[in-house]
Amino acid sequence: MTMDELTMSGTAPILDVNEVSVALAGRQILDRVSFSVRAGEFTGLIGPNGAGKTTLLRVILGLQRSGSGRVSVLGRHGSLRRQPVGYVPQKVLLDPDMPMRARDLVALGADGDRYGLRLPSRQRNDAVREMLHAVDADRLAEARVGTLSGGEQQRVLIAQALISRPRLLLLDEPLANLDLRASQEIVTLLARIAREQQIAVLLSAHEMNPLLPVLDRVVYLADGRAATGPVDEVITTETLTALYGHPVEVLRVQGRVLVVAGDPPTKPGTE
Amino acid sequence: MHAVYNAIFEPGFFANPQVHVAVTIGGLVAIVSAVTGVFTIMRGQSFGGHALGDVSAAGGAGALLVGLSPVAGFVGFGIVGAGVMDMIGVRRLRGRDLATGIVLGTAIGLSALFLHLTTTVGATSGATQHVLFGSIFVTPAGTVPVVAALGAVALGVIAVIYRPLLLATVSPDVAAARGIPVRVVSLAYMLSLAVSVGLSSLAIGAILSTALLIGPAAVALRLTRRTGGAVGLACLIGVVTTWLGILLAYDSFYWGTSRQALPVSFFIVALIFASYLMSGVPAARRMVR
Repeated sequence: MTMDELTMSGTAPILDVNEVSVALAGRQILDRVSFSVRAGEFTGLIGPNGAGKTTLLRVILGLQRSGSGRVSVLGRHGSLRRQPVGYVPQKVLLDPDMPMRARDLVALGADGDRYGLRLPSRQRNDAVREMLHAVDADRLAEARVGTLSGGEQQRVLIAQALISRPRLLLLDEPLANLDLRASQEIVTLLARIAREQQIAVLLSAHEMNPLLPVLDRVVYLADGRAATGPVDEVITTETLTALYGHPVEVLRVQGRVLVVAGDPPTKPGTE
Repeated sequence: MHAVYNAIFEPGFFANPQVHVAVTIGGLVAIVSAVTGVFTIMRGQSFGGHALGDVSAAGGAGALLVGLSPVAGFVGFGIVGAGVMDMIGVRRLRGRDLATGIVLGTAIGLSALFLHLTTTVGATSGATQHVLFGSIFVTPAGTVPVVAALGAVALGVIAVIYRPLLLATVSPDVAAARGIPVRVVSLAYMLSLAVSVGLSSLAIGAILSTALLIGPAAVALRLTRRTGGAVGLACLIGVVTTWLGILLAYDSFYWGTSRQALPVSFFIVALIFASYLMSGVPAARRMVR
């Protein structure tokens, strides 16, 4: 049985992160992080700011070298070049008056790595339309990308990542700067895409509550170390206390999860 | 009818060989500047483009001093300047601005020195005027093929890296994750920019080259939503304003009684500014809607 057949049968992970460590400027950013992601699974990469989420995504994408450990995608190591990985950055760098329509940005997802001028292609235009439809952004096709709202831009960027038919979709803090409703819409959309297209979705976030209804697994990062597994096993007082190395408490209030420091910090002025 | 025609095209405009050279070089330079200008604005590197103009000035002045062709000086120095800016600036987000500032300051200092030496020691009259404000009417016809060849190289490079450059402009990380050598692509673009700015320094002057680089592209950006459309429209605006500017400068010789032509660079820049103001009307309407 070849690697691809294994993957198709759902037994081999799409993404396998094995004992990855990264040190930058003498500081340990990631410390032996391991987890894997399978087709159709929705995994949240959760942790406070500075926990190493972005570094981990950059290592998976091949934008950052790891000191030790291995990342493999569909059983292959090394650079992700031309590998079926879609990446959605937090935002794009375009002013409102920049001449690029949403459909142009999506089209760049299909052939942005090709050299030479682009020839007209009905096939590409159809694919662009299909992707915009898949993220409920048909009506945004002709709008300038820079004029779109944060949530609309996220949809277009997801369409851009999906057009190359990836098996793994990585998203860097897609919910940052979105209001609650836009967040929920993006999360629902991603969960649907993961299920329908059997794509493994790995999404980083510092706030896990909008994700709780759809998360299959969680990779919780704190100080560069990770705890992974189903939400109910990882987001517990015991696991997170062990991970943080100091007492934290997990509170469940009206379906929401709160992670708070176990020992209340000393109030200013009382010392 | 004939009188009106003569008032628009003063006698000898179409027969004058210097006008032929000016129109050819002006058109070529306008197209190259417009194409690179669209990317310069999208990448937020207008300041870098301007700095390269100042670097070109130092090169042009140096070339005059030692008796080289000004094109070689303008373009050669521009390429070196672009390389230095890239070397200093790529590592940090803000480094680019800082690198630009350092290179720009050094270049202006060198221009001051070279122009001083050229005008006092070499006694070349008009050197300062030519380097800073252009010399399109006194450029030898032999320069045309050089300008055409350099322009073709700059446009060719942009055509080859068109899509990777766009993707790297929108998101360097997405581009890098797709296997695009982002550094090589942006360096290639910087070199095209240097060539483009060097050529327009020759035509309308180092100080004013920014106007031809940024102006037509800025107008085009306001008028179209498509990248390709913006490139085409910028070329059209650049060529029309440059040719009109050449015509007006030629005509200005016959205005009044002084028999002195006004500088062509002034007319080109004034026309670009006017078109930018006019393009604000549809842009403002869009905002209201």
